[in-house]
Amino acid sequence: MAISAVSDTTLREAPPPRRHRLLEDERWLAFVLLVPTIVLLGMFIAYPFMRGILLSVTSSRVGMPGDFVGLANFYKIFNDGIFRTSVYNTFLYTGVTTVFKLGLGLWLAMLLNRNFRGKALARAFILLPFIIPTVLSTFAWKWMFDPTFSVLNWLLYHLGLITGRINWLGDPDLAMISIIIVNIWRGVPFFAISLLAGLQTISPELNEAAAIDGAKPWQRFWHITWPLLLPVTMVVMLFSVIQTFADFQIVYVMTGGGPANATHLFATYAYQIGIGTGLLSEGAAISLAMFPVLFLVVIVQLLYIRRVEVR
Amino acid sequence: MGQVVLKGINKFFDGVHAVKDVNLQIRDKEFMVFVGPSGCGKTTTLRMIAGLEAISSGDISIDGNVVNELAPMDRDIAMVFQNYALYPHMTVYDNMAFGLKMRKFARSEIDKRVLEAADILGIGELLTRRPRQLSGGQRQRVALGRAIVRHPRVFLFDEPLSNLDAKLRVQMRVELKKLHLRLGTTAIYVTHDQVEAMTLGDRVVVMKDGVVQQVGEPLELYNHPSNKFVAGFIGSPAMNFAAVTVTEANGSLIAENSGLRIKLPDETAQRLRGRIGREVMLGVRPEDLTVAGGADLGHPCFDAVIEVVEQLGSEILLDMKVGESIMVASVEPTAGVSVGDKLRVAMRPSRLHVFDPQTEAAI
Repeated sequence: MAISAVSDTTLREAPPPRRHRLLEDERWLAFVLLVPTIVLLGMFIAYPFMRGILLSVTSSRVGMPGDFVGLANFYKIFNDGIFRTSVYNTFLYTGVTTVFKLGLGLWLAMLLNRNFRGKALARAFILLPFIIPTVLSTFAWKWMFDPTFSVLNWLLYHLGLITGRINWLGDPDLAMISIIIVNIWRGVPFFAISLLAGLQTISPELNEAAAIDGAKPWQRFWHITWPLLLPVTMVVMLFSVIQTFADFQIVYVMTGGGPANATHLFATYAYQIGIGTGLLSEGAAISLAMFPVLFLVVIVQLLYIRRVEVR
Repeated sequence: MGQVVLKGINKFFDGVHAVKDVNLQIRDKEFMVFVGPSGCGKTTTLRMIAGLEAISSGDISIDGNVVNELAPMDRDIAMVFQNYALYPHMTVYDNMAFGLKMRKFARSEIDKRVLEAADILGIGELLTRRPRQLSGGQRQRVALGRAIVRHPRVFLFDEPLSNLDAKLRVQMRVELKKLHLRLGTTAIYVTHDQVEAMTLGDRVVVMKDGVVQQVGEPLELYNHPSNKFVAGFIGSPAMNFAAVTVTEANGSLIAENSGLRIKLPDETAQRLRGRIGREVMLGVRPEDLTVAGGADLGHPCFDAVIEVVEQLGSEILLDMKVGESIMVASVEPTAGVSVGDKLRVAMRPSRLHVFDPQTEAAI
């Protein structure tokens, strides 16, 4: 009792400063802790996004504020053949690369999940394409696809598979295939390492139990590994689809959207119109056109992940 | 049928000799327990029988057919894992049906067998649940169910009860025993718990450092351990050991060290005739020690000081100082003893064990 009486008086003698008392309140504390995030998200995401929307309904260009024009910009781009090509390209690019990245990434992950000598080193090396700055590695690829100096042509020629040069980046279809190859090369490590992490959470006992239960290797993959890996797969796919859909660097460096605007994606075309040509409002409209698709992808995948996780 | 024969089985892991020249015959319908401390090679041996681990040398045969090269699924065995290894994304029903589906059984047959197993194990209500919604004991039953629906020739159990709490473990132990009596399928059971080994096994294999120490019925191991390791491992509390020197006085043999001096009973003395003047290891179980009274006249006795009294209700464990060493006695709960008491302790003469101090083999 004596002790508590003493501490009571000391408390009364030195009341805590006012701002400390405010922070004792959890509502205030929560607000204070959230402020940095709100400021950052607001400045770098919400504000540019709102500006983009505002810009897309005006007729502003570089050096000209412009007037409100409603949905005229959207009307214009939907009737623009190059925009339509970019939309098609973006879906093709995202679809094809995601399938290959998932397939190859899963295959690599399963290989790396085995026990072998130099396992740690192999796992580190796999990440290399992911670590090198994309612009640098894409320049290297550009050299490899160069019509004159192409090491690929040289190889194919000396293997006797071709007789003349292949103009990789000069032909619309080959150019698309080329950038798809580069994107796959760059994206596979992310899939492989993430899926490897997912595979390592699956107890080897489950596969042993299935083996004793009579499941062949393919059945073990299909009935055990794949369903248990699905939540991780969906998250990885979500990230990859978003990134690929809005990809810029690879196309910009490899083809710049060419030949003859045949390989533009949303991002590169928006850049060319908005910054390159200076039609800011139209560029904004093009990049905003990506938004509904990405939004839908995110919603669908997040719902799916939630469903899988509560199982 | 389900006879398993191991002939000269060896296993090397990266240069470590984990299982050394194991020879065993497991009879049809027998409940065989592998017991030993961790790292003794018991689980590795089981996994080699299952086909989950390759054999470095030797032959494993089931019902006369060498299965060394057969995949696990072709050996007609079922295994219950330590962590149950239930498929987390499947219902209890699907977990149990999986092995039958993979083997392309008819739907009606699968249904019949799963329901039958669920009935035996009392998990009929759980069939639509997923493993994460089950308690440890229920998961254990599902794991058992998954094994029994297959009607295999041999059941393999890898420490199946070690993740359960003590009370449930005792209960499941009894149920396993009942299940074996009911199904009559050969079972090979790995555990580090000597109580499980003693209660479940028709026969028990004691292993240490990859070597089989002794194979026998539980009471045979308890009464006639073939070496000091088995003697110390089987039985709880563990057997007391004392290094003694054998001497002769007036025609009878005496075993003595700094703390005790006892006249060896004739039966033991006979075995030690050739070792007069040498050291041997004397072993006596706590339950074979009593507080000396009138009935113990003529039994070997020694003096002890009580250091700790452990009341277990059904018995009292006494930690006693005997000369320089410590011995444990398990005595009647009615014995009025307390810490610091000096006692005269008697040994049951027929229950004395002696071991060679170098080879540790029973003499």
